[in-house]
Amino acid sequence: MGIVNKKTQFILNLIMTILALACILPFVLLIMASLTDEVVLTTQGYSFFPSKFSLDAYQYLLSAAGRILRAYGMTIFVTAVGTTGNVFLTMFMAYLLSKKDLPFRTAISFFVFFTMLFNGGMVPSYLIWTEIFHVRDTVAGLIFPNLFLGAYNIILMRTYFTSNVPEEIIDAARIDSCSEIGILFKIALPLSRPMIATVALFSGLAYWNDWINGLYYLVRERDLYTIQNVLNTMVSNAEFLQSSAAISSFQSLNISIPTAGIRMAIAVIAVVPVLIIYPFFQKSFVKGIVVGGVKG
Amino acid sequence: MKSSKNAITPEIRAKERKSFRSRLKRYAPLYLLALPSFIYLIINNYMPMVGLTLAFKKFSFAKGIFASPWNGVENFSYLFGSKWAKIMFKNTILYNLVFLVLGTVFAVTVAILLNELVNAKLKQVYQTVILIPHLFSMVIVGYIVFAFLGGTNGFVNSHILTPLGAKAINWYTKAKYWPVILTIVHLWKGFGFQSIVYYATLVGFDQSLYEAAMVDGATKWQQIKSITIPLLKPTVIILTIMSLGRMFNSDFGLFYQVPQNNGMLYTTTTTIDTYVYRALMMDNDVGRSLAAGFLQSILGFIVVMLANFTVRKVDENSALF
Repeated sequence: MGIVNKKTQFILNLIMTILALACILPFVLLIMASLTDEVVLTTQGYSFFPSKFSLDAYQYLLSAAGRILRAYGMTIFVTAVGTTGNVFLTMFMAYLLSKKDLPFRTAISFFVFFTMLFNGGMVPSYLIWTEIFHVRDTVAGLIFPNLFLGAYNIILMRTYFTSNVPEEIIDAARIDSCSEIGILFKIALPLSRPMIATVALFSGLAYWNDWINGLYYLVRERDLYTIQNVLNTMVSNAEFLQSSAAISSFQSLNISIPTAGIRMAIAVIAVVPVLIIYPFFQKSFVKGIVVGGVKG
Repeated sequence: MKSSKNAITPEIRAKERKSFRSRLKRYAPLYLLALPSFIYLIINNYMPMVGLTLAFKKFSFAKGIFASPWNGVENFSYLFGSKWAKIMFKNTILYNLVFLVLGTVFAVTVAILLNELVNAKLKQVYQTVILIPHLFSMVIVGYIVFAFLGGTNGFVNSHILTPLGAKAINWYTKAKYWPVILTIVHLWKGFGFQSIVYYATLVGFDQSLYEAAMVDGATKWQQIKSITIPLLKPTVIILTIMSLGRMFNSDFGLFYQVPQNNGMLYTTTTTIDTYVYRALMMDNDVGRSLAAGFLQSILGFIVVMLANFTVRKVDENSALF
């Protein structure tokens, strides 16, 4: 390890640090913007070091808290229900396919796999979900279309079952006259916890971040909006959160409503929880990417 | 020979049938458990495939899916009567090609950099941080881009261009800038994920090759050039072909959310997916959106099959099927 090596390492670290900063700083700008005084924001612009801080935007959000909390509640509900459903549907299908001597195994595999090669696209999907299953303006519209089960996770988990649940243990359990469902719940699932966590993570993130289902399926029912839908609406319609109560409370304080700041503040509210828990799931996240990467 | 074969066959068949039946019985509870998954895939994935035939109908919400009358290829000729048909196909394909080339070069470079780092702790930190943009939705990304480019007070205008004496640019009204902006945003959001995939491949390489090269006095650069890159080549080829298979798909969020669905930017930001959305949800032009979606699905399927066929030729184990 000579001097040259140290120099190379320094340069490598420098480049990686710049890239890492490029990944973080935009979020810092977002947070700073939400904390900038509205007048400063409009006259001096978005800055990493605003000349005047203000909590007006957050105060405003607090006065419109009912709507925000409601949207938060929707996000949490949809994520919880969607992810739970997704994990169970994925597990059951994957476990079925992990049985090597399963009758019709090839046909069922093809049935699952073919959905990765060919899909009907958004329009028929939209027409079927709305015209036949009537999910428009219901919670079901946020949970069921597209996100509830995917072939990719099924294949990921099936591979995990076949390579990490030893045949001998299953045979031994059968000799002890354990039922097939008993084997699944008592042996296969406990042995597959890391993969279940990964699938739950991918699915949970997809639900937490989803705004497309809301865009297509929530036409009138704004009470069902998730945080992402609120953000999406506020892009074009900043007045979305302006309840008359909130406006009058701000007017009585003689403060102008911090429109730009509010937008940034809601974005921050959606970003922060994910950033806080990211370090805890970072390991299984990377693992999931690595396992699925090449085949994905 | 013949007689002995005849003598055994029915016996084996009977045994097989019995075991087939007993296996069917044994696994019956598992089939039942997976039944909801079957039903979901039928509803969510197979019914829309059949629904593609709607592209040949004159769909009306009043008559519904089944009662709407057939109208041949009218939707398609109507679609190609619009100037958007050409624009959206061109944009979708061009963006995909640019993303593919730049994304791969960028990701492979970062993966090699990560691999050359000695300090394991820092390596861990970099891996964690470069994935952060991947965690957030395109809505959030749209807000961030707006903080940089929005109005005259966006960061780029107020803190870079103006102090440099340049004139502020009204980004959200000038379509010509958006191919560059969208490419940067796409790379920023996705490079971490792709780098980790390539890095995982790199870590799996036979370390003795590097040791031997070092004994022979090869420099780091020589090692990268004659060991790392050649070993990485199959993975790059396969991932590239797979991406080519998604040639007609685009990231709806990137093209809809980041330019804020701004009409002045449509010429450079319209892809098949955003067109389908606009035709269906904003213009109530179901016919055109059905036709565009139909072409996207069918062409996508053909390209995926071709891509897989090619991967099989390169490396059979890496083919999807």
